[in-house]
Amino acid sequence: MLLGPALAVSAILFSIGVAGVLLRRNAIIIFMCVELMLNAVNLTFIALAQQLGPEGQVFVFFVMAVAAAEAAVGLAIIIAIYRHRQTLDLQYINLLRG
Amino acid sequence: MGHLDLSTASGMTLALLPEVMLSAWAFALTLYAGVRHRDAVDQRRAGLIALAGLVATLIVVIWMWAADVRSVGLPFMMALDAFRWATSVVFLLGAILTVLLSFSYVDRERLWAPEYYVLLLLATVGMMFMGSGLDLIVIFLGLELMSVAVYVLAGINRRSPFAAEAALKYFLLGAFASGFFLYGIALIYGATGTTNLTLIDYQLRSLGLGTNLMLLIGAAMLLVGFGFKIAAVPFHMWAPDVYDGAPTPVTAFMAAAVKAAGFAALVRVLLHALSGALPAWQNIVWWLAVLTILVGNLIAIAQRQMKRMLAYSSIAHAGYLLAAVASGNALGAGAFLFYALAYTLMTIGAFAVVAMAGHNGERDLLIDDLTGLARRRPWLAIGTAIFMLSLLGFPGTAGFMGKWFILQSILQAREHALAVVLVAGSVLSAGYYLPVVMVMFMKPPVSETAHEQVAARGAGRLVVAVTAICVLLFGVWPNPALDLARSGGHDLASSPQAPVSSTSGAER
Repeated sequence: MLLGPALAVSAILFSIGVAGVLLRRNAIIIFMCVELMLNAVNLTFIALAQQLGPEGQVFVFFVMAVAAAEAAVGLAIIIAIYRHRQTLDLQYINLLRG
Repeated sequence: MGHLDLSTASGMTLALLPEVMLSAWAFALTLYAGVRHRDAVDQRRAGLIALAGLVATLIVVIWMWAADVRSVGLPFMMALDAFRWATSVVFLLGAILTVLLSFSYVDRERLWAPEYYVLLLLATVGMMFMGSGLDLIVIFLGLELMSVAVYVLAGINRRSPFAAEAALKYFLLGAFASGFFLYGIALIYGATGTTNLTLIDYQLRSLGLGTNLMLLIGAAMLLVGFGFKIAAVPFHMWAPDVYDGAPTPVTAFMAAAVKAAGFAALVRVLLHALSGALPAWQNIVWWLAVLTILVGNLIAIAQRQMKRMLAYSSIAHAGYLLAAVASGNALGAGAFLFYALAYTLMTIGAFAVVAMAGHNGERDLLIDDLTGLARRRPWLAIGTAIFMLSLLGFPGTAGFMGKWFILQSILQAREHALAVVLVAGSVLSAGYYLPVVMVMFMKPPVSETAHEQVAARGAGRLVVAVTAICVLLFGVWPNPALDLARSGGHDLASSPQAPVSSTSGAER
């Protein structure tokens, strides 16, 4: 059912996520774009799993768990950097250069 | 023992014994750290407990390797082969050296958080899963377990804005890479109907998917994900900044073990699952290797800080390892294993020197700051010289033998141009390794008090001594280690084919 459209939507979502990571400069927004990429992958797995068996659905649960763990660690790191710099704009987070 | 029946609980537990053991140890250490985390003594005890766990796991791994544990029938989630044991030994060795290096460093920089050692253990478990996973799910989970732990380790020094920035950059790019990695897995699953490496190989050959667009895009996405993890050019931008800002023992761990783990999973996926599509990926890996060797070496020459120089040098070494992968044969996998061992020893040794010679995160340690070290700390200078010459690939060191075996595998695959690039890269690298040796031995110290704070004591001295001796030992007497590495590479490339009666979705 609707395999082609579902794959197309997830490919578009993934591309939006990648574009967001590459173009935006705020750490939180970049992180949200990464989450968008992961959810695009989840959609791909679910769409494929209708025809290929439950393995894909199982994978989605692993991806969700890992994304949650990443969010916990990532937001902690973002808070740590905010305490040091009072900004989350990557343009100004450039102590390590050259 | 010999053969394990993986359908029984006891067989499965035995097959997973090293990983189970180390995870349990990490949880026990968490409990300990939760109760006792007040002062330097508790920190030191936590380190000793971690060390004991790593050594015990190493012994178990070596025992299982020596007993040649195999499975009845085909293993389906975790491999039981020499490649797994060889990579596990490399990761555990890297972790043990890192813990030894951390004792005095943690004291000096006052990083009193016993979680440090817990995270090191968990990252090592993740690496072992990456080296042994026979299913993309296992490899992905291992990768994430390792990455999440190392994100935290990079920023463990909460007082340092540099460490926080390093952690942020590493986290954002690492998560970005995971996205590509996952999308690659999803597309390969779509093309072959399975995530099991053996079944992917079987489907690829039996259905002739070598030119299937979905599979090739999936493989390319996987390569992008791996490219970020191993810091291959053009996915290397994060590496110098992160290596620069992270605490030095963590940098050593990232440069050596984390990189080796990325490569171990890459080698297994490419040679085991995707060997049917060899013409498609060989070209891409070839170009990645050439770019990584040239760019890494050229930028390293311009560096004045020790830590950044070693960061670019580690990028260049990723290029040499990629060259071994590009050969696409069992010899290449064996050469990768040997080089990974040699590289782990010499890189951790070099970072150990940086950790001793510097202070406050070592960001400001310039190459020129080592001027005249040989007069004041002759043994430390000799050790440093051995690491630099080995990284350069000077005959008589492990680095030379490693490069020699990589060249052999490349020439067997008839990639003469790649061999030329590898040699040219090594020649270029003399431009930044030799100045370090030169300033240490050929110039007098700049002042009477120079190098007085350089302290080689306790476990740190042990790390430098052991790695230097091993680097020389493997340089003049490489045969035993090489035979083991070759058996590991051979196991991987001649992995058994899937049974014809495999039940997988794509046939339905």
